[in-house]
Amino acid sequence: MGKVGIIGVGQSNFVRTYPGSLKELAFEGYREAVLDAGITTDQIGASVICSAPEYDKQRSPAGVVAEYLGLNPQPTFYVESLCSSSSMGVRLAYSLVKSGLHDCVAVVGIQKMSEISSAESQERMGRGTDIQWESPFGTMMPAYYALFAQAHMDKYGTTPEDLSLIRLKSSTYGPLNEKAVFRKALDLETLTSPDSKMTNPIASPLRVGDCCANADGSSCVIVASEKMATSFSKKPVWIMGVGAATNSVNLSGRELFTGLPAAKEAARQAYDMAGVTPKHIDVAEVHDCFTIAEMMAYENLGFAEPGGGRELIRGKETYLEGSIPVNVDGGLLSKGHPIGATGGSQIRTIVQQLRNEAGKIQVKDAAIGLIHNIGGVGLYGNVTILGR
Amino acid sequence: MAKMEIDDRFSRFGTVGFTATSRVNDFMGYLDEGRVMGTCCKTCKLDFFPPRADCSGCLGNDLSWFDAGEKTGSLLTFSKMKYGPKGFEDDLPYTIAVVDFGSFKMFGRMSRDLEDEDIRIGMTLRVRANPLEGGRINYVFHRAEPARDGADINA
Ligand SMILES: [Zn+2]
Repeated sequence: MGKVGIIGVGQSNFVRTYPGSLKELAFEGYREAVLDAGITTDQIGASVICSAPEYDKQRSPAGVVAEYLGLNPQPTFYVESLCSSSSMGVRLAYSLVKSGLHDCVAVVGIQKMSEISSAESQERMGRGTDIQWESPFGTMMPAYYALFAQAHMDKYGTTPEDLSLIRLKSSTYGPLNEKAVFRKALDLETLTSPDSKMTNPIASPLRVGDCCANADGSSCVIVASEKMATSFSKKPVWIMGVGAATNSVNLSGRELFTGLPAAKEAARQAYDMAGVTPKHIDVAEVHDCFTIAEMMAYENLGFAEPGGGRELIRGKETYLEGSIPVNVDGGLLSKGHPIGATGGSQIRTIVQQLRNEAGKIQVKDAAIGLIHNIGGVGLYGNVTILGR
Repeated sequence: MAKMEIDDRFSRFGTVGFTATSRVNDFMGYLDEGRVMGTCCKTCKLDFFPPRADCSGCLGNDLSWFDAGEKTGSLLTFSKMKYGPKGFEDDLPYTIAVVDFGSFKMFGRMSRDLEDEDIRIGMTLRVRANPLEGGRINYVFHRAEPARDGADINA
């Protein structure tokens, strides 16, 4: 079996409230990817639809979306792993193409978080974890990541200001990303002043500025066999490594409170499969749903030793000019985080980097890129390595 | 007419519950008696908290109950929440925590008796059943002094 490539990427604008239906939203990312690939719909052998179903009104969205995309009678698959759904979808597409079952698969990530009211959303938010043993205490996603931030600060001396530096980096690049939901530039004063809205507590030690925003959005990644990729794409990007892992949902099952074992394991698999080490990565997209999540990603991916993440951000090593640029498209903190669409958006950014089509955020001579996409609080970990 | 009895005791666990039936529903019976119990696989000698009805190690279901409240543990991490999900508005703010008891860890809430400034990672804690309004119940962590001469000086 030959290599597996990515021949087209697309995403919708990420917005607070999309003024259309779920399938219309899906179409936006899909159209961009198909046009990018330069193929026709009948060349796509299957679709993989990725979202977190608690936000969907539509039951079994895959078939409904596939029809609207013009992908009948091809088979469709529905993939869900919370916030890493579309990275998991690309992993499935990789295996479908690698096995020879399909030559070309469209992976469509979607989330219309505004589909349900904020009251419904509040109710669902409490059920994102172990509903038998954790949810009855009143839990929410920011509080879980806050537990990790608290432990990281205690063990390594990481400070709230270090976390603000990560948001500051995000807001350096957010204004450059015309598809981002949050495009306002923020200065360190605004992010750290006790009088600023950005320092209002959410779940200690995390504050407003440490958290990403909900958004509506879609993304699409078109995965193809080597033969199809070389015949259709001027600049195919190759999938070098796909790593995926799971971990205990209930925190009582965790050994580590300063990092995510599912991310470490997924990274190990992806590096092994690609035959590269962290030093070979030219540009990365990591899952910064919260500032602490990016800090832990630096360490779990081997860009820094455990506890060394703060030196990386203090030294601006993860800026565009640094030794390992991370989230130079603004990341989730600026783009917004439409759960099912996020992984595909991260992959799109890396594909553009490897094709030297990233414009103002282009990393010079980027040849190998990495995508770190996490579902839940490290319940699911996906790491994907791409090369040109 | 005979009606099948459904043991839905678990539905009273926590401020808002999402689970009614579980094969470890006896946890709730013990909790009502003031005891926070885990289970132990008799074959693997493994302690489980939260309690499990089945052992994934040996695939057996011969488990016995043990009293987690007899142990003291160390605070691993915590967070004070200013916002909560629907149904928890009246509880806010509250502090969630993870405590390491050696052979098992436990997720739960800190007791309201503890001041924010007294909460430190590494502090010694003990778990206690905590009756709530409306016949509901959960468990919370209290400060415990390390035992001296095997005696518990935290009353
Ligand atoms: Zn066993």
